[in-house]
Amino acid sequence: MNTSWTRRLVLALAAPVSAFVFAFLLSSIVLILSSYNPIAAYSEMINNAVKLESIIDMLNEATPLYISGVAAAIGFRMNLFNIGVEGQYQLAAFAAAVIGAKVVLPNGLHMLFVMGVAMIVGGLYSGLAGLLKVTRGVNEVISTIMLNSVATLGIIAGLFPRFLEEKADGAVGLGTTPLAETAWIPNLNGVVQIFTRDIVKGRKLTGILVVAIVVGILYHLFINRSRLGFDVRATGMNPLAAKVGGVPSKKMILLAMGLSGVVAGLVGLPDLLSKSHSYDQGFTKLRGFAGIAVALLGRNHPGGMVGAALLFAFLNTSSGVLQISKTASSEIVTIMQGIILLAAVVAYQMVAQVRQREEIKAASEATGANA
Amino acid sequence: MSTAIELIGITKRFPGVIANDNINFSVEEGEIHAICGENGAGKSTLMKILYGMQPADEGVMKVNGVEVDFSSPTDAIAAGIGMVHQHFMLADQFSVIENVILGSEPTTVGGILDFDTAKTHLAEVGDAYGLTIDPDDFVSELEVGERQRVEIIKVLYRGANILILDEPTAVLVPQEVEALFDNLRELKAAGSTIIFIDHKLQEVLEISDRITIIRRGKSITTVNAADVTAGDLAELMVGEELPSPETTESTVTDVVALEVQNITVLDEYGRPVVHDVSFKIHQGEVLGIAGIEGNGQGELVDAIVGMERPLSGSVYLGGLDVSLKSVRQRRDEGFGYVPKDRHEAGLLLVAPLWENAALGHQTKPPFAKGWWIDRKGSHQRTDEIRERFDVRSPNADVAAHALSGGNQQKLIIGRELIGDPKVIILAHPTRGIDVGAQAAVWNEIRSARAAGQASLLISADLDELIGLSDRIVVMFHGKLVAELDPAEITPRLLGSYMTGAALQGGAQ
Ligand SMILES: Nc1ncnc2c1ncn2[C@@H]1O[C@H](COP(=O)(O)OP(=O)(O)OP(=O)(O)O)[C@@H](O)[C@H]1O
Ligand SMILES: [Mg+2]
Repeated sequence: MNTSWTRRLVLALAAPVSAFVFAFLLSSIVLILSSYNPIAAYSEMINNAVKLESIIDMLNEATPLYISGVAAAIGFRMNLFNIGVEGQYQLAAFAAAVIGAKVVLPNGLHMLFVMGVAMIVGGLYSGLAGLLKVTRGVNEVISTIMLNSVATLGIIAGLFPRFLEEKADGAVGLGTTPLAETAWIPNLNGVVQIFTRDIVKGRKLTGILVVAIVVGILYHLFINRSRLGFDVRATGMNPLAAKVGGVPSKKMILLAMGLSGVVAGLVGLPDLLSKSHSYDQGFTKLRGFAGIAVALLGRNHPGGMVGAALLFAFLNTSSGVLQISKTASSEIVTIMQGIILLAAVVAYQMVAQVRQREEIKAASEATGANA
Repeated sequence: MSTAIELIGITKRFPGVIANDNINFSVEEGEIHAICGENGAGKSTLMKILYGMQPADEGVMKVNGVEVDFSSPTDAIAAGIGMVHQHFMLADQFSVIENVILGSEPTTVGGILDFDTAKTHLAEVGDAYGLTIDPDDFVSELEVGERQRVEIIKVLYRGANILILDEPTAVLVPQEVEALFDNLRELKAAGSTIIFIDHKLQEVLEISDRITIIRRGKSITTVNAADVTAGDLAELMVGEELPSPETTESTVTDVVALEVQNITVLDEYGRPVVHDVSFKIHQGEVLGIAGIEGNGQGELVDAIVGMERPLSGSVYLGGLDVSLKSVRQRRDEGFGYVPKDRHEAGLLLVAPLWENAALGHQTKPPFAKGWWIDRKGSHQRTDEIRERFDVRSPNADVAAHALSGGNQQKLIIGRELIGDPKVIILAHPTRGIDVGAQAAVWNEIRSARAAGQASLLISADLDELIGLSDRIVVMFHGKLVAELDPAEITPRLLGSYMTGAALQGGAQ
């Protein structure tokens, strides 16, 4: 019993680990070819990563990546390729920043209001792609790509200048009017410091981490335990059989796209609620695409995506250190991420085959004994 | 005559089951050799091993006296073995010739597809074996029997002289079966060796020279077809005498359970595929629809269960107009549905059995509790289905693809029948099910009928259609063209109605 459990865990981890090892070796070669010392680079990354402040950075980075991964995964479970998380979260954050700055609400409620606006905008914008698919048969890949451009190059680029902060002295700010303090999410430094030393260098662990954990738990309950989640998975596995089984395919497309967008709406919140408190030039982009990678590496699994998000966050936060210490160019991190992802896809396939052979062997021993 | 194939001690294990357990038998060159056995006995597995799709755990295979060790079908093809699978593997959007050469495309110097050479070769193969087919036809437009011919030609084209056919007759109507058997006899005359799997024992006796019986993974015996009866075969397969079929008296009431009014369905080109079809089924009645596949039965069923909206017409379930309701609403009102193709429309192959048992019932207890899936309740109900319908499987958590074809079918039947629907639509309910299990399924259908269930039965197995139905209507070119009394009709005559021959003869 116990051994089979550990065996399963080993097999589950085999693919991502071997992908990581492969990426590690390949990256070393790249480093050597660009005349850096890989050992120095890696030890620099590790030395940096074990510092408490770096861990805080990593968690802050992983939080939105994970939420973005969940957003992508909801679609993937139904074979819907929502690559519009990018546009959805940027638009949601922009709208939430603008609307959130215009209202006056008590502490906490204001924060929930901003979250609500972001989720609604994300859901509606993603639902639009769902609607196009259901009514016009437009492939969601194409529509979400276009909607990404519409959101970032069209709506945001067009409206952003109109909503720039007007300072008291009449000057114009670089971003939208900052949200009032009633909308800020408390940081988690206090909680961490119970277990560790004081966090220094002005690092703050974002409270959105709690939101991400809640999202992960809800995602698990939804997809694996609820009736609707069953319908989503059934449609993903065999759309025709699901339809025969009474699953309303059009409604499910709208639901899955909508939910994916609702979660996507949360991706931009760390900037709004715990960093700059406004949508400005420095707003963090490209998390939507990173989320796709997280979902792929984590196999749409609520736990698997935690590992994937942490790994990508580790690599992202390492790039600065490599740059500063001159042990390697920061681009090596991007290369590593790409290699890991490719290697993981291959490794998952291989492990699936090994697993099948293992299972058969184990079972044959079991049946052989009592046959 | 020499030995074409010899299998010695073949053993193959899967999680929780021994699919093949020390199988021994040989096939002579130029014979037609049938393999018979219950669902899950291990027939398909054995054939997949012989065709190099799966490795055996133990045992030796000899082809023409030479020991072989296939690691893929490519090796088997090189050794002259070809296989036609239970589920066709043709690309619908391609023409016949494209399908035939797929995977072994002849090319000219520049790497360009050489269709002329291919067609010449195809014509040679066709002439040699008496198999004719237009190479430029699209597969999507072919009837089932023709598709199968393409599969066979495809195998011959690759130079096979040992043919494996896994349940080739399951999807054919009697006329097509005869055409297939004529082809097989020609092939035999031309020196080919044929191994085939079939659950219909009369067919087995008609076409084969020798028969090997497999029971629970073991090869029991090989007999000469001339020396045995269907009863003997069944007994050998099951290990005991078969229960004689129940006598049935009519249970038809005068309460209408399902009424279909003036249904018309158009195809994508706007032509009617179902043309103004109306009928009633009463509680306790089985209405059979006879017809060659492609005469609108599929579209009619889709309209009744709510998969597609018809152009016009209404469907009433026990007096309730369900014409505008969704599939789910209709199911909740008391519809059950066994689709014709278990892989395409019946199962989530990668999902465990309990999730497959829940499919279609996921809104209600015991599969659901409020908004949540009830895992415990689902498992219990799945175990009930496995027990009552004899779905041979280690537990409710194995994936559906790990079940043999017949056991997958039994799972679907069980899932639909166990909920006691008011009206059930059964499309080829016992396709691929062995004789013993078939009798059991028929009994289930009959006792549901006796309890007042109304059934709409579509089947290519005319004995089944005649044996189960209280009334039979014939569907031809989208119309119901005749109503027949099963007590007075033979499969042969029914067949001629289905092809339209009896209609032209003025039988109407
Ligand atoms: N890929 C697989 N994984 C696990 N078990 C399998 C797999 N394939 C077959 N089995 C098991 O092996 C046994 C034999 O299956 P097989 O498909 O050979 O039966 P069969 O004789 O062809 O039955 P049928 O008449 O229903 O087609 C069954 O118990 C089945 O559940
Ligand atoms: Mg089989």
